Amino acid sequence: MALAVNDLKVWYRTRRGDVKALDGVTFEVADGEIMGVAGESGCGKTTLGKALIRLDTRMKHVGGTVVLDDDELPLADDAAMRRHRYREVSLIPQYAMSAMNPTRKIGRMIKDLLGAHNVRYTDVLPELERRLKLVGLEPDVLKRYPIELSGGMKQRVVLVLSTLLNPSLLIGDEVTSALDVSSQKAVARALVEFRDHGFVKSMIVITHDISVLFQVADTILVMYAGHLAEKAPARTIISDPLHPYTKMLIGALPKVGDRYEEQQLEGIEGRPPSLLEPPAGCRFRARCPLAHDRCAEAPPFREVAPGHHVACWAVS
Amino acid sequence: MLTLDHLDKVYRTGTFGTSDLHAVRQVSLDVQRGEVVSLIGESGSGKSTIGKLVLHLLDSSGGTITFDGQDVTKLSFRARRDYYRKVQGVFQDPFSSFNPIYKVDRTFETLRRSYFPKVSSGEWRTRLEDALAAVTLEPDDILGKFPHQLSGGQLQRLLIARALLLDIELLVADEIISMLDASTRIDVLNLLGELKARGLGILFVTHDLSLGNYVSDRVVILYKGRVVERGVTNAVFDDPLHPYTRDLLASVPHLDRTWDEVEAEEADRTRLLAGRCLYHEAITAQGRALGEEAEAADGVPDGVGLVEYTPGHFVGCFRKAAEEPCPAGP
Repeated sequence: MALAVNDLKVWYRTRRGDVKALDGVTFEVADGEIMGVAGESGCGKTTLGKALIRLDTRMKHVGGTVVLDDDELPLADDAAMRRHRYREVSLIPQYAMSAMNPTRKIGRMIKDLLGAHNVRYTDVLPELERRLKLVGLEPDVLKRYPIELSGGMKQRVVLVLSTLLNPSLLIGDEVTSALDVSSQKAVARALVEFRDHGFVKSMIVITHDISVLFQVADTILVMYAGHLAEKAPARTIISDPLHPYTKMLIGALPKVGDRYEEQQLEGIEGRPPSLLEPPAGCRFRARCPLAHDRCAEAPPFREVAPGHHVACWAVS
Repeated sequence: MLTLDHLDKVYRTGTFGTSDLHAVRQVSLDVQRGEVVSLIGESGSGKSTIGKLVLHLLDSSGGTITFDGQDVTKLSFRARRDYYRKVQGVFQDPFSSFNPIYKVDRTFETLRRSYFPKVSSGEWRTRLEDALAAVTLEPDDILGKFPHQLSGGQLQRLLIARALLLDIELLVADEIISMLDASTRIDVLNLLGELKARGLGILFVTHDLSLGNYVSDRVVILYKGRVVERGVTNAVFDDPLHPYTRDLLASVPHLDRTWDEVEAEEADRTRLLAGRCLYHEAITAQGRALGEEAEAADGVPDGVGLVEYTPGHFVGCFRKAAEEPCPAGP
């Protein structure tokens, strides 16, 4: 078992109270599994990714545990987490490709980063060059400035450098967003290749684009308003979703071939609840066509078929 | 209604404006009433530039844009005001289209001040409510709120309502849904479909092929400022001909097929079209010598047009850029 998250709660402190962005999530990611996390903005998917590596000053670890390779991660202890970061858990944050230092050449930047983790640049250079070639980049990108690379190239550099120490878990937050479809495909395929080569044991890929997850992920976890809605193999989520939210979300996505004239798709009425004081029970209740009295009590996230977890009372 | 004829746009770039960036090259297309035309291309394809040229936010470098017989590129400042009564744009980021320190009502107030100073408040209120109803928004939920209190989808629909108040005939929708969540995205797309049914012409600029396919009647595929293929949506999506269109369609993440499956299907078409250029084959079939049309328009592929391969389906020379050779040879 690569990663086991148990009842994890991470809240944001604000002046108006605590925003319960991640409110009791329990799931596992197996060795070699690429798990996709999907959901609308504000559902807590980015918070989940960040919580596994570093809590910023506004974030508060309220409860729950995270076990990576039989080793509990000291989430709340910033200094103790340092030992795990980059070596065991690595994160590609949102907009990582835009965060490169424009005044440093790529190679120098990687050298600085490795230095901060007490690794000699020259020791890993051959492996670095090998991996750059693997994602279709010439080793002389190391002598170039970020501005000289396209978005897709930068994102691939970020992927190589964040997995250089073979972390057990890689979290990629919106790594394929803001790229053209052809670069998106290249980056997405590089993710799968890195797992296949064993550079990373397992991955959590966070994106709002479910069709990209269908291409790269083994399993997809759907989140809604800080809770988990459903987790199942990627194909099952697309073809046989069980949670009403997943069903409506998939139903709202036009496929190539769907036409407005022939078949009108429908969006989901309403908005997600405020996470300052979220309603008790199922958080999708207010927008759910199947909602009934029992939904006032939070449904458990339980396994209904092998590898298929759902949090909904209406699913038997 | 709207016709673009050999439209060109060259940006001056470099520190002293010393180099040129040819963003739009000889683009010709048209939009009719009650029709959605999608401009599809990746970044740098010139799709947004075309949208801005139509809205006269940029000056063109060559070619004409005519709207109901009137050349838009030469409009005086005063005449442009009247043009904006009929043509409006909505852009990608709804949050930056509103001033965050004012309530959203101000957007409508400024519109009233500039265009309808003589309309009474009661009459204006009715019109406003009608426009909001057209975009399926409840006036009570929206008016008197600040932009941060509304969702992206609501703001985007507000901007469309603002355009509707002017009784427009053409809407330029530049990536209006790419920042919205999947669940609200489809509502805005369906709204475009309804506006189309009301007789509005829509120029829909997007990089997302599945969204372009969902609402549009015709699509225009752009690559590096050039139209490489255009035609009726079904024709282009079911039988893409140009190598670039095929690459693009093969890269789209589908929800029902994996990339490997798509590539396997695509391999057959690639085999069929290898070493061919349908554009030049059609030209030769018409009895014209290769290169003749290129000379006339000084230089392929900017100058060369498109040939109608099957009815309503046009394709350009199969070379992807000026410096690449044509697969069919010289």
